[in-house]
Amino acid sequence: MLNKRTLNLIGAPLRRNNPVTVQTLGICSALAVTTSVQTALTMCVALTAVLCLSSTIISALRQYIPNSTRLIIQITIIASLVIVVDLFLKAFVFDISQRLSVFVSLIVTNCLVLGRAEAFAMKNPVRASLMDAIGNSMGYSLVLLIVASTRELFGTGQLFGYTVLTRVEDGGWFEPLDFMLKAPSAFFIIGLLVWVGHKRNVDTPVAHEQHHTTVVISDHRTSHD
Amino acid sequence: MTELFIASIFGDNIALAFFLGMCTFLAVSRRVSTALGLGVCMVIVLMLTVPLNQLVYEYIVQPDALTRFGMPPMDLSFLTLVSAIGIIAAAVQILEMLLYRYAPALFDAMGVFLPLLTVNCAILGASLFMVERQYDFTTSLVYAGGSGIGWALAIVLLAAIRQRLEFSRIPEHLQGLGMAFILTGLLSMGFAALAETT
Repeated sequence: MLNKRTLNLIGAPLRRNNPVTVQTLGICSALAVTTSVQTALTMCVALTAVLCLSSTIISALRQYIPNSTRLIIQITIIASLVIVVDLFLKAFVFDISQRLSVFVSLIVTNCLVLGRAEAFAMKNPVRASLMDAIGNSMGYSLVLLIVASTRELFGTGQLFGYTVLTRVEDGGWFEPLDFMLKAPSAFFIIGLLVWVGHKRNVDTPVAHEQHHTTVVISDHRTSHD
Repeated sequence: MTELFIASIFGDNIALAFFLGMCTFLAVSRRVSTALGLGVCMVIVLMLTVPLNQLVYEYIVQPDALTRFGMPPMDLSFLTLVSAIGIIAAAVQILEMLLYRYAPALFDAMGVFLPLLTVNCAILGASLFMVERQYDFTTSLVYAGGSGIGWALAIVLLAAIRQRLEFSRIPEHLQGLGMAFILTGLLSMGFAALAETT
């Protein structure tokens, strides 16, 4: 079931073509929801659900979508999926959905979802599109969880709400860094991750096909946020 | 009202505190002139779409809003997202057509940026924040103006710094995007500090 091409589709966004740090897609949400691992994880699940479903649906309908109205159709499909996910979160994890505030709804304009729909799902069969969606959402989740766990660990001394580093007022040694919970720290951490991603990308020779997708997306990125 | 205006420029800057419109923010901040053009468009489009969305939310989509027109009570608030996106897309398209017809010079200057702003998360985000915080019409206008100016200010500053940085020695792999992120972080610290002192 998992042949080489499938593995490559899933693995490439994780290894070297990370959607956030290399393709710079979907940064808005990646920065905003990362003050705690719990909200970041919820966001990852929400994005994974939307991306997989939208890629599958758009890929299945790709023969029937007229070229001139494809963006409107894609956005409508994505928006409907986002509403479903948003209502689902409100129904089952109300507290977290309040903390995520508008950022779940903003998945609609997340360039990652639209970018993959336009660059991959419109041109490839259902199965490959689904694998590509899984790979990209895992790449996105990886970055989100790295940023979120760094910020939560050093900002509060906790992970998932469990104390890892005991704080000074509880008799430990750790002095929480308030800075980590503020907006600028997210920029710095992503900046450093981009540095690492860029370095690794240059060090490992990139396959021809991979190059091609990146080019398509970087064209695309300038026209849709 | 003034407090909200100042806060939406500095303390609650939509780019630097809420990370909205980041993709465009980083992609179009290489030159000051283009950054300024995009910033001005952002102010105009925000001040057009946020109040428009406010009206639609208040009179159509809000729970039981249609009862005042004699309709049975119903809750259409699940349509907020779709209506907001639709209105933004339509408003930008109409603005583009009007400019093309009546102000060709302005269209030449702004035309490139307008389609870019249709699916920009800063525009949609501002409308969604307006709904979440339940602003009325005037408040939403002030909020849109402040947010737009704050975003424009941030992108122009970043573009100015990036233009200067072309002459400095940055570690090889940090050049470009990585450095832009770190600069944005520094700007964000500056804006937050300014908000605390005022």
